[in-house]
Amino acid sequence: MRKLIIAAVAALTMSMGTAQASGEYHPDFKEASWSFEGFFGRYDQAQLRRGYQIYSQVCSACHGLRLLSYRNLSDLGFTEDEIKEIAAEKSVRVPHDEVGAELNDDGEFFTREAKPSDRFVSPFPNDAAAIDANGALPPDLSLIAKARIGGPHYVYSFLMGYAEEIPEEVSSQKGFTVNEDKNFNLYYPGYYNSMPSQIYDEMVEYEDGTPMTADQHAKDIVAFLNWAAEPELDERKSLGLKVMLFLLVLTAMLYALKRKIWADVKH
Amino acid sequence: MSSPEWKNPVIKWVDTRLPVFSLMHHSTAGYPSPRNLSYWWNFGSLALTVLIVMVLTGIFLVMNYTPHVDMAFDSVERIMRDVNYGWLIRYVHMNGASMFFIVVYVHIFRGIYYGSYKGPREILWILGVVIMLLMMGTAFMGYVLPWGQMSLWGATVITNLFSAFPIVGDFIVTLLWGGFSVDNPTLNRFFSLHYLLPFVLFAVVGLHLWALHSVKSNNPLGVEIKQPEDAIPFHPYYTIKDLFGMSLFFMFFLFFVFWAPNFFGEPDNYIPANPMVTPAHIVPEWYFLPFYAILRAITFDFLWIIPAKLGGVLAMFASILVWIALPWLDRSKVRSARFRPVYKWFFWVLVADFVFLGYLGKMPAEQPYVIMAQLATLYYFAHFLVVLPLMAKLEKSVELPESIAAAVLKKGDA
Repeated sequence: MRKLIIAAVAALTMSMGTAQASGEYHPDFKEASWSFEGFFGRYDQAQLRRGYQIYSQVCSACHGLRLLSYRNLSDLGFTEDEIKEIAAEKSVRVPHDEVGAELNDDGEFFTREAKPSDRFVSPFPNDAAAIDANGALPPDLSLIAKARIGGPHYVYSFLMGYAEEIPEEVSSQKGFTVNEDKNFNLYYPGYYNSMPSQIYDEMVEYEDGTPMTADQHAKDIVAFLNWAAEPELDERKSLGLKVMLFLLVLTAMLYALKRKIWADVKH
Repeated sequence: MSSPEWKNPVIKWVDTRLPVFSLMHHSTAGYPSPRNLSYWWNFGSLALTVLIVMVLTGIFLVMNYTPHVDMAFDSVERIMRDVNYGWLIRYVHMNGASMFFIVVYVHIFRGIYYGSYKGPREILWILGVVIMLLMMGTAFMGYVLPWGQMSLWGATVITNLFSAFPIVGDFIVTLLWGGFSVDNPTLNRFFSLHYLLPFVLFAVVGLHLWALHSVKSNNPLGVEIKQPEDAIPFHPYYTIKDLFGMSLFFMFFLFFVFWAPNFFGEPDNYIPANPMVTPAHIVPEWYFLPFYAILRAITFDFLWIIPAKLGGVLAMFASILVWIALPWLDRSKVRSARFRPVYKWFFWVLVADFVFLGYLGKMPAEQPYVIMAQLATLYYFAHFLVVLPLMAKLEKSVELPESIAAAVLKKGDA
């Protein structure tokens, strides 16, 4: 056990300093906790559904989730029919029709309704169109909760980190300049983001009676995005518990056997 | 411990024609090991176990991976999301790389502490250094395969190092890239080599074991086996001890796989590779950090002939290659640090220096980290090139026990 702790501490110290590696000032992440954290943590399905509601009503106007399929929504408790309906609202391009024509009579691509097996349809056909419509590229959110230092804590702090007043610690830094065209965010690298603050009280209408505060909305969307990035988390942690229990028993038995075999050997 | 008379007629028939059973006997029940090996001696078999785990998980990953710049990232995500237990296989493989280095670093520093590199184990030790170099190459190329931001930019930085060599440098870099930047041909050749090198590793591990079985294990006392009482058969004593350690180690390993699978990784590698966007900080995987710090420490031209970049590259390679000369740099007759009161302390200073270099490798290349890295690098080389040779002359060692059995049995009586 001692060796284990020593190794863990050594590993920890090796990877420390990630957060402070950039010289820029950013406050510590905002305090928040989620049901999926910790040893026994699991996703809260109701929360994921609320988060999906926010994604589909707000975020999806600009941000894609291209690595997810509509069928994955069954994790959130949607029925097969509901998923078919959700998918059918979108259309996907078809390479050609039955006779092999690539364009219709109007010179446009053929499309069909999306199916549960299709990936989430992104809001823009390509990056250039997305930049043209938004002034900057809204990143795909499939992996956002894994692709930033701090993971969900960063995403939450970022969503809640828009500020009217620029704090002294930021403005006093060498090279800091105010950018009137963009939006100041305490946690964003470089501080100025093209996306304005999106989170406010009652931004969507919850149906399950959960308070519709800005903070609750932010937490719900972050939980959903974490699920989008790590849909295997529930299965991973529950399998992990079983494996650990097995190894615990196996290790104890091997130790007993080792003691027995070595009993009459001085070493 | 000669080979036994096989009673079973089938076994006997096979064994006279192909002595597999005798071989198995020789390397298990018939293989004498010092009776006093501590748990630090578990790490060799642990390393072999991790190698096997890596090869097995790797083979399954390849079944679903696409080595193409347009598809590699998404094919990895498909493994994570749609392949049955793909997330488990990939997380085991990903964390397995870190585990491999943890285990091998312990194994190496155990060898340094107990003087396991000294005669007659020089070739055993040198084969170990070759294994380490092969591992580093394999790990580096494996990290490129998911084709995330760190894959692309890590590959760009590291392959660019070779351009520092005069005359042949640019040729080598073009050869590595298969073109004029890190691109699809680079990914393809790295994939090919990443699959090939582990099998080369197996071969060198085979030689490493062959040499080991010829010279036998060193031990915490550093005194050779001299008489039958000094040794016990490897099986069952060390098979059970290794198995127990292995089970414990898997709990450590799998803790990360199940609860902190991305602990050792860089979040940036979950962003698809983009040649147009350079990440703010390009850092190699943690196990390369001490060497990366040494590379970056050389910020000055050396003797007006060697430019800083080449100096850094040479220093980085030298920091590992110096291990090869270790048996001849440390001329002390005593193996184990237990009986070397001064060396013992310098060993721990070296460990601290190495860990400190790892920390500095993670820090941005600016003051005060640069000067710290320079001092730590200077000390690293001084340990091998100055401290060890001097100590062999000056240090007075404590008296060695007569034999392993004498020391062990005396301790038992007291």
